[in-house]
Amino acid sequence: MKPAPFVYHAPETLDEALAVLADVGQDGKVLAGGQSLVPLLSMRLASPAHVIDINKITELGFVHADAAAVRVGALARHAAVERHAAAARAQPLLRQALQHVAHPVIRNRGTTVGSIVHADPAGEMPAVLALLGGEVEVASRSGRRVIAAADLFLGPLESSLRPDELAVEARFPVAGAGERSAFVELARRHGDYAVCGVAVVINRVAGRLVAARAGYLSVAGTPVLLDLLEALTGTSAGTPDGTPDGTPDWTPDWTPDWTGVDAYVQAHLDPDGDIHATAAYRRHLAGALTTRALRAALQPALGEAPDEAVA
Amino acid sequence: MTPTTELTHAVRVRVNGVPYEAAVPARRLLSDFLRHDLGLTGTHVGCEHGVCGCCTVLLDGAPVRSCLLLAVTVAGHELTTAEGCTEADGSLGPVQQAFRECHGLQCGFCTPGFVTTITAFLADNPEPTEDEAVGVIAGNLCRCTGYQNIVRSVLRAAELTRDRNRSPGPEDA
Repeated sequence: MKPAPFVYHAPETLDEALAVLADVGQDGKVLAGGQSLVPLLSMRLASPAHVIDINKITELGFVHADAAAVRVGALARHAAVERHAAAARAQPLLRQALQHVAHPVIRNRGTTVGSIVHADPAGEMPAVLALLGGEVEVASRSGRRVIAAADLFLGPLESSLRPDELAVEARFPVAGAGERSAFVELARRHGDYAVCGVAVVINRVAGRLVAARAGYLSVAGTPVLLDLLEALTGTSAGTPDGTPDGTPDWTPDWTPDWTGVDAYVQAHLDPDGDIHATAAYRRHLAGALTTRALRAALQPALGEAPDEAVA
Repeated sequence: MTPTTELTHAVRVRVNGVPYEAAVPARRLLSDFLRHDLGLTGTHVGCEHGVCGCCTVLLDGAPVRSCLLLAVTVAGHELTTAEGCTEADGSLGPVQQAFRECHGLQCGFCTPGFVTTITAFLADNPEPTEDEAVGVIAGNLCRCTGYQNIVRSVLRAAELTRDRNRSPGPEDA
């Protein structure tokens, strides 16, 4: 339970960090929060020859919310993103999901960008980035490029970053006026990795439900996205009883097709079983958690009791 | 195998207000640095992979797992361990006192992690509800107490902290 020896680099500028990465290539591993990397080192599941600690590059610790996106720097801790009031207003799903990332003590150190490029299929933030259609900006000595979430996650713990690249920033698109979101997951113990988890985003325009999407964690090697609009409403055009003239909202007696949603989700996911849950249980959970998350996101319109899943 | 000399790094930190320095390999975990290199054995090491919470210390005031940090990465920073959660005169701090009064420990192995975590929590939230008291200790494992007395200890520590902050001296009583 002690890391193997490595050469330690603590660059003070981004350029220095990129120079080291260009130099050591495949043999290097970037250390930000270390909440996933250090246990991997301690258990010797990873033993990189070089560790590049970016904790001195403090200019990467930013969180900004602008008109288009919440921008999160490589050194921004989960806790800083979670507490950032403007970020929570601009994209409520961030705080909703971050509250499920491990324990608060881990969130004090772990970084959001780090957990995204770590690409753990049980991670909350890869699923959130994927669902929101966000992107990650990466830098290397040969320049910068932007990787869309859809092209980022290749497999369990495998991202499309090249060995000489450093993820400098993640961008989460802001929520539109009619959008609402929710995040639910089930873990055996509070703060554990989720057996299954789901983030949902719905969008209403002029009283009509025009989008309902879900992003899943722990059901495959990478985040999985499903479009649930048709399953939820029975029509790809949105709420059947919606009022196209713009008067809000849908009719109060509209009942979403919960059974249909559950069946649709179960038919479209193919999770594996493991030591924590059988494939069948995980599939069942995906359906149940999806309806729970959608209820939470739809709740104000449906007039149901508030759900704890909406932060 | 030929023995090799591993490169060491000078790590300077302040722990509980006292400056320390030691030369350690980069792979030295902060938990081991505190215990082995600095001799501060109040920080306990349980699972060594971030699950049990025993090794929790305060880094610039915020609770973190010392087994999930390299000592080199916190060079130049301020640390507080369970030894630093006392009053200035060395008597029991409010969290320690509350654990004693409420029987919040039995074997005591996990206690340092609870003390540091709860100390930081009460600085942010001086009047926690019982639910919040349960929430703050959710990341710390205890195999003796069944947690009921630890929840009581959190609430009692909040009372003691408020009392001590309210009464600056006997002449004001």
